[in-house]
Amino acid sequence: MATHTAPDPALDAHAGGHDVHKTRKTAMWVFLGSECLFFGSMIATFLLYRNTTEGGPGAELFNVPFTSASSFVLLMSSLTMVLAHNAFERKDSRQGRVWLAGTALLGSIFLAGQIFEFTEFVHEGLTLSTSPFGSSFYMLTGFHGAHVAIGVMMLAAMFILSLTGRLNDEHGLNVELVGLYWHFVDIVWIVIFTVIYLLQV
Amino acid sequence: MSETAAHPTPKLYWIIALILAVVTAIEVAIPSIPALDPIKVPALLILGAVKFAIVVAFFMHLKYDTALFRSLFLIGVFGSIPLFVVVLLTFNSL
Repeated sequence: MATHTAPDPALDAHAGGHDVHKTRKTAMWVFLGSECLFFGSMIATFLLYRNTTEGGPGAELFNVPFTSASSFVLLMSSLTMVLAHNAFERKDSRQGRVWLAGTALLGSIFLAGQIFEFTEFVHEGLTLSTSPFGSSFYMLTGFHGAHVAIGVMMLAAMFILSLTGRLNDEHGLNVELVGLYWHFVDIVWIVIFTVIYLLQV
Repeated sequence: MSETAAHPTPKLYWIIALILAVVTAIEVAIPSIPALDPIKVPALLILGAVKFAIVVAFFMHLKYDTALFRSLFLIGVFGSIPLFVVVLLTFNSL
C-alpha cells in the first residue's frame, strides 16, 4: 500500500522562492532583449543622419581621448558591479557595499563626463535642434545617460537597503538584477563608443 | 542536475577587466595609426564585438546561465540587426 506523505512547507517555500527567482530573472532578460531593439533603432537613426549637419558642427567635435577615458570608467564599473554581486553571494555584505558604492561612484563620474561633453558641444553650437545629426546624437547618448542615472539610483537604493539590513538572502536576487541592468548599460556604451565615436573620426 | 554552472572567481573577473582595458586601448589607438586605415572599420567592429561578448558571457554570467536566458537576450541582439538594416534601407542609406 502506498503511503501518503504530507508536503514539506519548507521545501514548498524553497521551490516557490526558486520559481519567483527564475521568473524575475526571465523578466529582466526579456526587458534587456527589448532594450537591444530600442538602442538598435536609435543607433540606426544616428547612422542615418550622421552626415546631415545642416552646415552646423558634426563629428569633428568629438573629443575621442576624453570619451575613451569615460568609456574606461564605465567599463571598470562593470568589474566593481560583478565584484559586488560576488561579495553578496558570499554573504560578505560589508565588501558588497564597498563595491556597490564604487560602482555608483564610477557611474556618477561617467555621467559628470557626459554632462561636461554636452556642455562643450552646446558651446560649440551643437544643440538638440541644430540639425538631424545633433538631434539623433543627443537622443541616443541622452537616453543612454538616463539609463546610467537610473542605474546609479538603483545602486544607491541597494546600498541603503544593505546598510539598514534589509538586503538579506531573500533580496539577493535584487543585486543580481541590478547587476544585469548595469552590465547592459555598459555593453550599450561599448557599441555607442565604437560606432558613434571611433568610426566617425 | 543544476541549471547553472559555478560562476567565475573574483580573480578571473580582474583578469577579464584587464583584457577589456587592453582591448579598449587597442581600439583607441587604431584610428590614430594611418597605416591601419584600410582595416579600421572591420577591426573596430570586431574589437567592439569581442568586448560585448566578454561582458555578456562573464560579467552577465550568460555563459553559465540557462539556455532560456541566452535565447531571450540573443533574440534581442540579433533582432536588432534586421531592424537596423530595414531602417537604413527605408531611407536609402545603406
